[in-house]
Amino acid sequence: MSDHYPALVLLAPLFGALVIGLFGLRDHRVCLPVVVSALGVSLFAAISLVLSVSSGGPVDYFVAGWKEPIGIGIQLRADAINTPLLVVIAIVALLAAIFSIRPAAERDSEKTPYFYVLFLLLCVGLFGITITADAFNVFVLIEVTALSSYGLVAIGQSKRGKVAAFHYLIMGTVGASFYLLGVGYLYLKLGSLNMQDIHGILASDDALADSRAIRTAFVFILVGIWTKMAFFPLHGWLPNAYSYSPSGSAAILAPLVTKVSVYVMVRMMVSVFGLDRLEANVEWGHFVVWLAIIAIAAGSTMALAQREIKKMLCCLIIAEVGYMVGGAWLGDPQRWGLTGTVYHILADALMTSCLFLAAGIFAKWLGALKLEDLSGLFRKMPLAAAGFVVGGLAIIGVPPTCGFYSKFYLIRGGIESGQWTYVVALLASSLVNAVLFFRIFEIAYFGKKPADSHGDDHGHDHESEPVVRLEPPLHALIPLLVAAALLVLLGLFNGPVVEFIRTGLIETAAVVSTGR
Amino acid sequence: MENSVQSYLPLWACLASLVAVPLIVIFRREIFLRELVTFGAGALKFAFVLAMLPIILEGNVIDLTLVPGIDGLNVPIAFRVDGLGLLFALVASSLWILTSLYAVGYMRGLHEHSQTRFFAFFALSLCATLGVAFAGNLFTLYLFYEMLSLSTWPLVTHHQDKEARGGGRTYLSYLLGTSIAFAIPAILFTYVRSGGEVSFGPEAILSDSDLGYWPALALLLAFAFGFSKAGLMPFHSWLPGAMVAPTPVSALLHAVAVVKVGVFCIIRVVTGVFGVDLLGRLGVNGVLAWVAAFTVITSSLIALTQDNLKRRLAFSTIGQLSYIILGVALLTEHAVMGSIMHIAMHAVGKITLFFCAGAIFVACGKKYISELDGLGRRMPVTFAAFAIGAMSVTGLPPTGGLLSKLYLVWGAAEANEIALLCVFLVSTILNGAYFFPIVYRAFFKPLPEGSADTGIAEAPLACVIPLALTAAGSILLFFFPGLLFDLAGLMVNGDVANP
Repeated sequence: MSDHYPALVLLAPLFGALVIGLFGLRDHRVCLPVVVSALGVSLFAAISLVLSVSSGGPVDYFVAGWKEPIGIGIQLRADAINTPLLVVIAIVALLAAIFSIRPAAERDSEKTPYFYVLFLLLCVGLFGITITADAFNVFVLIEVTALSSYGLVAIGQSKRGKVAAFHYLIMGTVGASFYLLGVGYLYLKLGSLNMQDIHGILASDDALADSRAIRTAFVFILVGIWTKMAFFPLHGWLPNAYSYSPSGSAAILAPLVTKVSVYVMVRMMVSVFGLDRLEANVEWGHFVVWLAIIAIAAGSTMALAQREIKKMLCCLIIAEVGYMVGGAWLGDPQRWGLTGTVYHILADALMTSCLFLAAGIFAKWLGALKLEDLSGLFRKMPLAAAGFVVGGLAIIGVPPTCGFYSKFYLIRGGIESGQWTYVVALLASSLVNAVLFFRIFEIAYFGKKPADSHGDDHGHDHESEPVVRLEPPLHALIPLLVAAALLVLLGLFNGPVVEFIRTGLIETAAVVSTGR
Repeated sequence: MENSVQSYLPLWACLASLVAVPLIVIFRREIFLRELVTFGAGALKFAFVLAMLPIILEGNVIDLTLVPGIDGLNVPIAFRVDGLGLLFALVASSLWILTSLYAVGYMRGLHEHSQTRFFAFFALSLCATLGVAFAGNLFTLYLFYEMLSLSTWPLVTHHQDKEARGGGRTYLSYLLGTSIAFAIPAILFTYVRSGGEVSFGPEAILSDSDLGYWPALALLLAFAFGFSKAGLMPFHSWLPGAMVAPTPVSALLHAVAVVKVGVFCIIRVVTGVFGVDLLGRLGVNGVLAWVAAFTVITSSLIALTQDNLKRRLAFSTIGQLSYIILGVALLTEHAVMGSIMHIAMHAVGKITLFFCAGAIFVACGKKYISELDGLGRRMPVTFAAFAIGAMSVTGLPPTGGLLSKLYLVWGAAEANEIALLCVFLVSTILNGAYFFPIVYRAFFKPLPEGSADTGIAEAPLACVIPLALTAAGSILLFFFPGLLFDLAGLMVNGDVANP
């Protein structure tokens, strides 16, 4: 059985979606147990994969026993770069699933099973993108992910959600087509779609690898993925899509979809085109890092201008994507930038999950959509507010949360590669994040009319006032607190995680240069 | 050579007040139990710190790794207790107990709201303070430093009115802004330059690096301004702003814990990151010394102009903090010893003054110096303590402040810095000029017309006892400074070259 874990990660949610499609329509109570158990199986398999990768190196799995490159067999490959991400995807999806018990069920109870079917199919897509070793399959699974995302965005009642979904669909399709074009070029020139094969061929033939066709392919693939990850200025679809979708959808889309796209970029860089080749073209790296700096600046500035909680978080995602793209292209010899990027993919998925869960709670149980609606939050729901504070501190980068350590590795990469502008951009963005979140904390702490309630001579005896506790129900609160706790744990134990990722990155990169 | 001892004592000392936080929240309805938890945690914390004393005095250091790091990858979260750290921990943990008593009297006397939140965050900030004192490397130091900034924000903004909001904004934007903009880059730069070594040890981190004059100067100033809790000008405005906090917070945090964490970090940077030898060789310490000297004089002059008693005390604190920075920037043996001792001496003196300011506010509701005429006859104990505190901060016998100031002056003479020596002397005159008129006003001016002489009307006992004790402490430290000498001496022997 354990040989089949790579496939099990995908298959569990796929079968879960089937089961819900078959039975859940009749009895909605089937949905939640199926979703939770399917994702639980995925989580278990993902953790087992981490363990086997750490003891025995990468795990290859050939679906139905078709060996590459004969035929169009599908190869799955679990290595140190993607297994931690699999675990994080499973955790974030589980948290979002538990969180969304009510929001989906209450508003449109007849839509509940559809929501969960789309939810699980989205997970299939995300797991698949992460674990597949085939460039074309990445496209297929990107489409699986994208189609279910469009549905998840549009499933709410808000009309703006439907418009946003349509916008998202157009941009997403353009991005996917770009990616497909790039893969098409690769297939025409190299006759293979398997990442390792492409890798080997390119490493052994310099003239081919430096040819225009391959470069064009790479640019198409990059731009396609950048659209998918909302890399500035290709971000237009993101803020509306995530802020007008139901909270349950946003809690899984916002943390995972962009992060998995960043992973695809890293995968393409590390094990398709090869780091050595990219590093030989230094000017490419400088160019992309500049784009990333612009993205960070733009994301942070836009975030400052937002009055709505979710919109602000969406702008932060755009800035964080800039962190990761920039980090991946720093090209420092020790590869700290790339290490930081892969670690930040995990950290940012959890941070965004935590913040969107909190935003979902505020929207649902406080009716708070705008920043100023949060006044008195610490009194009304102290526990949920605590979770939100941890998420905010992580985004700012306060130790010992994981946000501090990802910045630490990224900045280290920036210093060692001498890209000081990137370092300054990261620090400035931290400062902006501090302003953003403390603005919210201040509103939450002071309440609406701080000046009127008591003047110069301090307020007296507020403890006699009745305190209305509106703490959300446990199914929403627990995912938030778990996410917050994970932020601290991932930060405290960043050493082992980063060591695991780093050895994997360096090994994978080394395999490339020797051409297998 | 120092011996390294493994012990969990620093961890327990840190945790004592952290564990108290949930307990304080649980007992929010049982006020007696809630206060009992605070005192219990304070006593435990102090006991754990005391238990480390014999180990440290034997010339050992205590090492403890909490979260192991991986070589060349990241930095462990680790504690390391030496003389300097223990001295600071002793001061903070002993004064916390007195402040807790004072806070009970003050908060109840004024019927303040949200007392549970107040005591919970107070305990949390003490945990962070000891964390800084015991930090074993720059990252751990930074971790607790930020924790302290964040956990004191709800205390500063306790009143939740417009003034508190403004003060809180200034507070956080200065503290967080400088630490992100200057301290983090400085720490990372040190990390990269030293090849991944940021642990404090017998050797300074950068002692054998080939840093040039300008990079070293930039790094030193980035640290000095980055740890803006030390109140070095021009990053000092948060401290007067923080005076909107209830007085117990101003007393313990903004005269002892928070601000002393700032200077503590700078002492650590000078002795532990650069090392006295490197700084002396490059000569960059002069710039830091002059920035500090400027702060000393300017803030004393500003203090003269303040009519709000707490703001005057705040500006006085800014000046006194820069004494400490100036001392350590002189790099001579006696100056550094004076600096380290001044942490303790100034803490005891200044906390007395703040306690008095708060007691006056509780008893008469007055916060401006011009309103204090004749109050000495109503509140003799408070104003006597105020006079003793003022003497100690100014540096007059028989109070402890004299000793540290003497060492600082001695150190300046040792370094042949006559100009800086004059800074100390001029500042002492200014100290006297802004403190003693207050004492004079209280004791020798008549009560304003129309106010009835009500006889003695002191603040509640819970307020008066702590301030009497700290005033007595200032005097005791003059007669029995042995322990402080020993601890400060541990840091200096072998650390600063004998001239």
